[in-house]
Amino acid sequence: MAFRWKNTLTSDDVTPYAAYLNRRQLMAGAAAGAIAGAMPMASRAQDALEPNTWEEITSYNNYYEFGTGKDDPARNAHRLTIDPWTVRIDGLVDKPGDYSFADILSQMTVEERIYRFRCVEAWSMVIPWNGFELADLLDWVGVQSSARYVAFETAMRPEEMPGLASPVLDWPYVEGLRLDEAMHPLTMMATGIYGRDIPKQNGAPMRLVVPWKYGFKSIKSIVRISLVEEEPPASWNVTNPREYGFYSNVNPNVDHPRWSQATERRIGGGLFAKRQPTLMFNGYEEDVASLYDGMDLSEFI
Amino acid sequence: MVAALNSGLRRVHAWVLYAAAPFPVLWIYYLGLTGQLGVDPAKVIEHQLGLWSLWLIIAGLAVTPLRRFAGVNLLKFRRAIGVITFFYLLAHLLTWLVLDVQFQNVWADIVKRWYITVGMLAFVLMVPLALTSNNWSLRKLGTDTWRKLHKLVYPIAILGALHFLLLVKGFQWEPILYALVILGLLATRIRELPWASRSTPARG
Repeated sequence: MAFRWKNTLTSDDVTPYAAYLNRRQLMAGAAAGAIAGAMPMASRAQDALEPNTWEEITSYNNYYEFGTGKDDPARNAHRLTIDPWTVRIDGLVDKPGDYSFADILSQMTVEERIYRFRCVEAWSMVIPWNGFELADLLDWVGVQSSARYVAFETAMRPEEMPGLASPVLDWPYVEGLRLDEAMHPLTMMATGIYGRDIPKQNGAPMRLVVPWKYGFKSIKSIVRISLVEEEPPASWNVTNPREYGFYSNVNPNVDHPRWSQATERRIGGGLFAKRQPTLMFNGYEEDVASLYDGMDLSEFI
Repeated sequence: MVAALNSGLRRVHAWVLYAAAPFPVLWIYYLGLTGQLGVDPAKVIEHQLGLWSLWLIIAGLAVTPLRRFAGVNLLKFRRAIGVITFFYLLAHLLTWLVLDVQFQNVWADIVKRWYITVGMLAFVLMVPLALTSNNWSLRKLGTDTWRKLHKLVYPIAILGALHFLLLVKGFQWEPILYALVILGLLATRIRELPWASRSTPARG
């Protein structure tokens, strides 16, 4: 069901700022709802939610299939063929099969979601995604009751992806979510940015976006979705389980072994941009904390 | 060819290196300030200064093998290369401290993050070398002691390579290549270690 996630702020909540907040910022402000309740609304919190520019979002990417440099994907991803695009949906589903991207899109309701995006490398952006809820896709294909996890796989095309020649990771890139995480209203499949088709370097034609988790969970250019019973492998977790957990929820209190996660650098602030505090679950604590009730988040990283 | 190169080099004063050294640093900061380094300029500057420091360490280590194996004499530039390396490392460190981590949790980072521990150790070891890179110190310490002290550049180079190896995500070739080059340059010195026989006059 589309439009399940709603802005909890109204223009009344931000009165002094409403005058210069456009609709876009207002929607992004939803995540700041938790902050608004706890402390006086700081203008900085609102400033921080102004979306990054198209240029920033599409020129600074981690997509190792196209190279490990931040500018490699923007330079190399044009080689990727995204039309036609087929997604295999299999495992514990009622209607398994090879679905064309066009078929999927024809069944889904695309909406705009402005989310914070926090990379495990301690930088962040705010991105106006277009896409649909993953839950809608899963409902469409019918999830069987024995399914507990969703596994995802990125395209692996050595002739189009020069980065695959390097054994940085065990290709293809794979990721996974627990079924309740996958069905959460915040979890989406992004097909666009700023109302335009999502660029190849950002994971065209269709990528996962899980805004309360570190960016690498949001797997790009998906060719396969499998409903499974057991926790599926996740590429970075397989490569280095000590540094990249299966859950990888944004958590300022649990450091990555090689750097602190307490603060982040907002991309686009220029040379002297001040670090900002990282929010629990990337600011979506109110929405998702209950998914992890009773779990020690310093253990289940 | 080598003779012509050497005679040409004889006419170049080492001060040329000191005079040229600040320009790359100023240039990259200029690019950063004017928005020409992409959307995350602090990281680009930090990484570039680190990489340049590693190049300079390699250049310094290459002086002796170049002379021994190729006959090219760059000995008179070695002190300048060393001193410039120190200032590049300092610029790298200050960029990290001021623009990247912004003085937050610095001590925790140094103690807890292995690649920072290693990098910081390399810098600390570099300090006595920078301080004694002058003729007065050379006379005061005596040639043998001074030479022994300046062999610290070997562990510094290894720490620098290790720093790079430890900080990348996943398996990447670039830091491995740097490590191999540094180990290769150090290997050319194995018979010069203090406990080995000193049959060759060209040491250092």
